[in-house]
Amino acid sequence: MTAAGSSALRMGDTSGGVKPRRYGSWYVAEHRIRGMRSYLQTIIATSLGNPLVYLFALGVGLASLVDQQVSTGAGGGVSYLTFVAPALLASAAVTVAAEESTYPMMMGFKWNPIFLGMNAAPISGNQIANGMVIAMMVRIVPTCAIYFAVMILFGAVPLPLGVLGILTSSLTGLAIGVIIMSYTSRIEEDKGQMAFIMRFGITPMFLFSGTFFPLTQLPIYLQWIGWISPLWHGTELGRVLSYALVEPPWLTIAHVVYLVGLTVVGVRITQNVVTRRLNK
Amino acid sequence: MPVPVITASSLTKRYKDFAAVDGLSFEVAPGESFGLLGPNGAGKSTTMRMVGAVSTRTSGELSILGLDPNSHGPEIRSQLGVVPQQDNLDMELRVRDNLIVYGCYFGIPRAVIAKKADELLEFAQLSDRAKSKVDDLSGGMKRRLTIARALVNEPKILLLDEPTTGLDPQARHILWDRLFRLKEQGTTLVLTTHYMDEAEQLCDRIVVVDKGTIMAEGSPASLIRDHSSREVLEVRFGSDRNAEVAEKITGAGERIEVLPDRILIYSADGEAELVKLTEAGLNPITSLVRRSSLEDVFLRLTGRSLVE
Repeated sequence: MTAAGSSALRMGDTSGGVKPRRYGSWYVAEHRIRGMRSYLQTIIATSLGNPLVYLFALGVGLASLVDQQVSTGAGGGVSYLTFVAPALLASAAVTVAAEESTYPMMMGFKWNPIFLGMNAAPISGNQIANGMVIAMMVRIVPTCAIYFAVMILFGAVPLPLGVLGILTSSLTGLAIGVIIMSYTSRIEEDKGQMAFIMRFGITPMFLFSGTFFPLTQLPIYLQWIGWISPLWHGTELGRVLSYALVEPPWLTIAHVVYLVGLTVVGVRITQNVVTRRLNK
Repeated sequence: MPVPVITASSLTKRYKDFAAVDGLSFEVAPGESFGLLGPNGAGKSTTMRMVGAVSTRTSGELSILGLDPNSHGPEIRSQLGVVPQQDNLDMELRVRDNLIVYGCYFGIPRAVIAKKADELLEFAQLSDRAKSKVDDLSGGMKRRLTIARALVNEPKILLLDEPTTGLDPQARHILWDRLFRLKEQGTTLVLTTHYMDEAEQLCDRIVVVDKGTIMAEGSPASLIRDHSSREVLEVRFGSDRNAEVAEKITGAGERIEVLPDRILIYSADGEAELVKLTEAGLNPITSLVRRSSLEDVFLRLTGRSLVE
């Protein structure tokens, strides 16, 4: 047994830092993904079950009540199923993002402080933040891909370009996820903040982001909620790709810029908070 | 003395107005077993975090393995093993997977970690629990797993923060045995403790820390020799009578400490002191003659007990 001290002592040796500095974020992501295995069955069941249930209930069930076509803005119209599907796809990404950005952060700092263990090894606060974001994406992207496949089965995607909706929805989930992380990484004690985020942040967002009806049907004094909602931007992007919703080109660009901007800001803040919190 | 693996001079950590660590200076030689002894809140854990290159010092100089933690944190941490006060094993992973995942953080190739994990499980006497959930382990087993995890990168220095706090006596002895083996193999150990028996068992050299500063330094034996008598007579007269009796025996021994529940009489010959007491007609309810320990050194230096 050569536990320790077996390698010769060399002062000023920096070779051990090379790989951790380069790949640390990926090590963290791998660790987190291994942890996900403990609830793998739930992950699979929900990522397959959700699209089936929601597309059937809304696209087929509710659509039988809403039997009119929804305008595409170009004089034509699409079925309610086609209209609602990109929104449900983006919402699915947001739901997963909300799961992965709340409790795992609280866990890593407090309930099962694995972040402290990572930091005692050569991993930095920035890398821990990055790794958690990567792991979140590892859940979001397949969830979106499966959702999209079910949408195809339901015949809810008229255009081939619609497949890019997997990416735009993932981006939407990413943007919201990192913004949530930038907050949850600060929480010292769970006084119900995370339940609050779900109940008063995420759920209302679904209702005011043009998910089930076009944003323009809301009174103008409520439409601003949609404009700041990343979900609305992601949903509209998905609609442009799926059935060529007509909107000014600047607006389509604005959707992307807004989501990317939120992502950059959210990641940066999360990195700072995690780094500061570990360095006590 | 060979080049020290840890050099701290005027090491200080302040939180706003409060100095958790206030100008500590010490050196640790390779292969040495070095202890920071002090009560809760003395600044031991903060010192350990700075030495562990996770907490930035406010001022002073610190060099770990020839590197400055401010600029080479990951490089230093890649050569350390850390056993924190609170276990932070991953409860979602199984016992062996905890070692595997941790090894990855050092960039160790997978095949090497797998082999290492089995060796370490054996060392920690956990081979038969490799596939158990961490939650199902006892406190002592979790602690041993944490130590095994800290050894996955073959560290030059092993940092142990209160390694046996909260463990039952048997679990402590198993753990001490494992740590003693590491010491025999030449691993540098740095540990904090508020148990004097632990410090006596494991440390070659100790600094006694209180309120962020060093009160005394030396080997357990020399600290006792320099700061206490050879023996101690402990007598109890009942909590309401202790103070009253203490006034009558002010001249006894070399020194007297009056604690709420007992009186300590420091002397080279404890039995002789007891005889003097009984001759004076003072019959204690219980009496005990024992050798001086680090607890007595601490009491002498700070006027306070280690475990409060």
